[in-house]
Amino acid sequence: MHPFNYYDPRTVEEAVEVLKKFGDRAKCLAGGTDVLVQTRGERYELDAIVDVKKIPELTSVDWTNDHLIIGAATPCYVLYEDPKVCEAFPGIIDSASLIGGIQIQSRASLGGNLCNASPSADGICSLIVHEAECVIAGPNGIREIPVEEMCVGPGKNAMDEGEFLVSIKLPLKNSFFSSSYERFIPRNEMDIAVAAVASSVSLENGKISSCRIALAAVGPTPIFAEEASKMLIGKEPTEENIKNASNKAKEIASPISDMRGTVEHRKDLIEVLTRRTLSKAVERVSV
Amino acid sequence: MVSKVKKSEYKVIGTRPIRHDGYDKVTGRAQYGADIKLPGMIYGAVLRSPHAHAKIKNIDTSKAENMNGVFAVMTAKDLPRLTDKQRGNSEESGSEKHLSENVMALDKVLYKGHVVAAVSANDVNTAREAIKKIIVDYEVLKPVINVDQAMDKDAPILHEDFIGDHLGKKVKNTNIATYNRYKIGNVDDAFKKCDLVVEKEVELQTVHQGYIEPHSGTAIWDEDDRVKVWTSTQGSFTNRDSVSKVLSLDVSRVKVTPMEIGGGFGGKIPVYLEPIAAVLSKKSRRPVQLVMSRTDVFDASGPAPGGKVIVKIGVDKNGKMLAGYADIRLEAGGYPEAFIEAAAKCVFSCYNIPSMDIEAYDVLVNKPSSAPYRAPGSPQVAFATETVVDEICKKLDMDLIDFRLLNVAEKGTRTALGPKYRKIGLKEVLEAAKKSDHWNSKLEKKSGNGKVRGRGIASGYWFNIGEKSAVNLSLNMDGTVILTEGSTDIGGSRASIAMQAAEVLGINAESVRPSVVDTDSIGHTDVTGGSRTTYATGYAAYKAAHMLIDEITSKAAKIWDISEDDIKYKDGIISSRTDSELNMTLREFADQNPFGPVVSSASVDLEEAAGGFGTHIVDLEIDPETGKTDVIRYTVLQDVGKAIHPSYVEGQLQGGATQGIGWALNEEYFMSDDGKMLNSSYLDYRMPIALDLPMIETVLIEVPSEDHPFGVRGVGETPICPPVPAISNAVNDAIGTRILSTPIKASKILNTLKSM
Amino acid sequence: MSDNNVRKVAINTTINGQEMDILVDPYVSLLETLREVVGMTGTKEGCNDGNCGACTINIDGRIVDSCLVLGVEAEGKNIETVEGMATPDGLHPLQQAFLEEAALQCGICTPGFLVSAKALLDNEPKPSEERIRHWLAGNLCRCTGYDKIVKAVKKASD
Repeated sequence: MHPFNYYDPRTVEEAVEVLKKFGDRAKCLAGGTDVLVQTRGERYELDAIVDVKKIPELTSVDWTNDHLIIGAATPCYVLYEDPKVCEAFPGIIDSASLIGGIQIQSRASLGGNLCNASPSADGICSLIVHEAECVIAGPNGIREIPVEEMCVGPGKNAMDEGEFLVSIKLPLKNSFFSSSYERFIPRNEMDIAVAAVASSVSLENGKISSCRIALAAVGPTPIFAEEASKMLIGKEPTEENIKNASNKAKEIASPISDMRGTVEHRKDLIEVLTRRTLSKAVERVSV
Repeated sequence: MVSKVKKSEYKVIGTRPIRHDGYDKVTGRAQYGADIKLPGMIYGAVLRSPHAHAKIKNIDTSKAENMNGVFAVMTAKDLPRLTDKQRGNSEESGSEKHLSENVMALDKVLYKGHVVAAVSANDVNTAREAIKKIIVDYEVLKPVINVDQAMDKDAPILHEDFIGDHLGKKVKNTNIATYNRYKIGNVDDAFKKCDLVVEKEVELQTVHQGYIEPHSGTAIWDEDDRVKVWTSTQGSFTNRDSVSKVLSLDVSRVKVTPMEIGGGFGGKIPVYLEPIAAVLSKKSRRPVQLVMSRTDVFDASGPAPGGKVIVKIGVDKNGKMLAGYADIRLEAGGYPEAFIEAAAKCVFSCYNIPSMDIEAYDVLVNKPSSAPYRAPGSPQVAFATETVVDEICKKLDMDLIDFRLLNVAEKGTRTALGPKYRKIGLKEVLEAAKKSDHWNSKLEKKSGNGKVRGRGIASGYWFNIGEKSAVNLSLNMDGTVILTEGSTDIGGSRASIAMQAAEVLGINAESVRPSVVDTDSIGHTDVTGGSRTTYATGYAAYKAAHMLIDEITSKAAKIWDISEDDIKYKDGIISSRTDSELNMTLREFADQNPFGPVVSSASVDLEEAAGGFGTHIVDLEIDPETGKTDVIRYTVLQDVGKAIHPSYVEGQLQGGATQGIGWALNEEYFMSDDGKMLNSSYLDYRMPIALDLPMIETVLIEVPSEDHPFGVRGVGETPICPPVPAISNAVNDAIGTRILSTPIKASKILNTLKSM
Repeated sequence: MSDNNVRKVAINTTINGQEMDILVDPYVSLLETLREVVGMTGTKEGCNDGNCGACTINIDGRIVDSCLVLGVEAEGKNIETVEGMATPDGLHPLQQAFLEEAALQCGICTPGFLVSAKALLDNEPKPSEERIRHWLAGNLCRCTGYDKIVKAVKKASD
């Protein structure tokens, strides 16, 4: 492995400074569960690793009037051990509690998962169905983009050189909203999704007033299945309606065959998992 | 867990003491291969081929040599050239040339990850950076990655200079290293008499032992041309033999100190890094340590052969087996030896079949040279045979256990390779299976949550080797006994060996202190493998303990000035048979003995230990929408001969079954067309985790072996044989169709369900 | 050895109750730091990519794979490894239970399992079998089939 230096800036500005200086020879370190493996595996060479965990905004969880703001480097366990977060964001919690094992969850963060931009990321689909926004800092200050615009290709995110993810903003929802995330893996933990789906719904007067479906491991990036989502709006959450949306999601999925799964299996799984996550989200609203 | 161990006539054997090496292992003190740190030690790294099949045209090491921090660079030119002379160790064979070239390729690489050069440097990272500066000019060749490709008449040939043995004929330009045929009776006539003949072909992907500790090698080549090696190995003497062969040194110039071993299952018999560490040490004048990465372990250490097996069995209308035919094709990897003889020996081993014809092919492919993996060859053939047996039962509408009992192999049954069985316990195992709680429990075919369930059963066999072992005993002045032995301890064998000495000496297990020592300190001891350790080294301990009693008797006679015949030794008490005044404890004797140290030394060279048989029962639950399979109940029944330490016997059964479950459901070398393993990480190789399994119930059946004083017959390997067919049979029970290729993964199940 | 002027970093950390100052290369893992710099080889390397748990240690009350932490990140932290589990009074109940239940065969995964299981029992004194299996999912064992490990953790929790 190419040797690198370690930087631990205390402010966003300091971090931007270091990242700007090293350009593509620097990467941020949050939980390290991707970046350390990748640099060791020689996917890239680094001269600098920038530990962002000492910047207060990066590891805080703050509630505002209309948002929950999760620091980009906040480890998964902080979320699933917080009853208030569990109550408000069930789909996010589904994701946070199944990334890796307990050891990984002590370190890995949703922000890191997002920046890593893996097509099979467990965290991203849930963020998409929760309409999360990414707060990005860079040489030109702070900008925000919708989470579904963050991933632009396998391992590629939408940030420019010198930019980094500060936090994820999750809009607060009312009690008619809920969400769910489910993945298919051959084992029961410690695995990468062969295919995965997150779904969210709002139910008003027995009808679906909002719906978002997002798919993982079936394209170069996590996919917001907008067409499938729209099909359900204004409809009752019947088995048939859900089935139709699930079939649409299956159509949208465009996976490849690799060591983790085949095209056919992945498409089939998308239909099943869309159905299951939609039903689960609906059930969670009703409870 | 049900342990139906009969109340014992023994005091120590059959009890469950804390293993002697346990304290070091739960406190982090135990030193494994990579834990040894020598004064002045530097680190090595190897350069591995990125190609599965290529000629090496040139290697330029100059840039690496000139790097800061680099001590030495080596290539295969630094190793002596060896001949085709065959080596013949237990579970380790093949030619010396191949042994050397598997350590480091000379002019051709035969699998991705094949070592082509090595570097030593002041730290690991510098060594790894340096190997990147070595430039290798390859002529890339087309690889063959399975038996069909390799046996094709136009196949690229791995070894142009190699001469294959096809039924005794010498054959050039072939990827079939060996083709053997084993016949008993007239099989053609026998098949004609059959009322039902069932034939099935199964296919298996390559799998890995998956031991958690990667291979390592640490060595010093000193100024007297003596090589000291510290390594994690299943056999320090086999390791010494291999290292001395590769370096062309007399064995006495090599000393191997076995470290604790973090799993092996057969895979830690070959040498990989030790000779490289030695040569780098010679060139660097420093101790050198090399450790494999996990990817290296998958890419380049010996996995278990994949391949194809056809089995055909004919029965009469009553279900009596009359004829059996098998065609076994196993992947040896880059160098010969895929254990086809073992496979042939095992394929019909559970049954009494009067006429048999077995053809077996040892096939070279561009994958890492295969190594033993727990009963090498047997799980592959069990998959085929137990599938056919399951199918015959379905066709004849016969009970799965009754059919097996009708055809059961027992004492006197002739085996495929000729000899008749001595006393074996498959019948007892099957009878216990029939009575077991698991077999008699009802399995609801449908669960409440839309999943379907199935039950499967299968048997398996391993022949349990014997071979050579040595044990030294020495009586301490406090009445305890030091036991030194050469069998590396992978799963509690120090305890099982010490317990046998303790039983003879009539003292408790804790009073015998076992140590595994280096090759300069004990007589030749073969590998911890073949399920031989508790059997053979335990036998040596039994003999040594009796000899120690003879020593004690003779010295006690001198102390009391009475005849040796008058001395009685029982339960650690020495007494006179005639004078009740004369008695002393072993401790009292040891403390006052004026006639010099009380020591003994024994060795054995044993025949095979009359085979071990097991039957497994499994219940599965399958999600028909995703193809996901979960094992919901699992029972292992096995004839264990005599369980010396039942907890560790159960552990062998549970661990073997779990590896078999992984083999059946998820594990495989997922290869690219150009011969690269794409899933060479624990993440993507997918071994079972704690959450994938139920408790594994074990039933220990004890049919004592006639070949061992306590009836030990070896237990470690048999349990990996039944799981693949048991699971495949259970899948058939659940979904009504068979999937005859491993792994029986979700996508295959779903595909099968969709096509129905 | 660097092309980019990489310097060792001095850090102050506490390992098994002992505060120490150590000098580490900024790019090496905490696992390598423990094994090669501090000289504590009880923590094992099985995969070096966070998929086997053999290198599990406890940092400030949370278990992590030490291969996925940099040595420099140990600055100011409280680290516990398998070497710190036993006290002058004897083995930790989990260590004792692992011995009594024969929950180890080769023993290479044992340090990681013990450190993981201790963190579980520290937080949940009476975990169910399912909970134990879930908690230990990040620790691979290839010898035991997990049966006796699960039983040992149960026993230690009784």
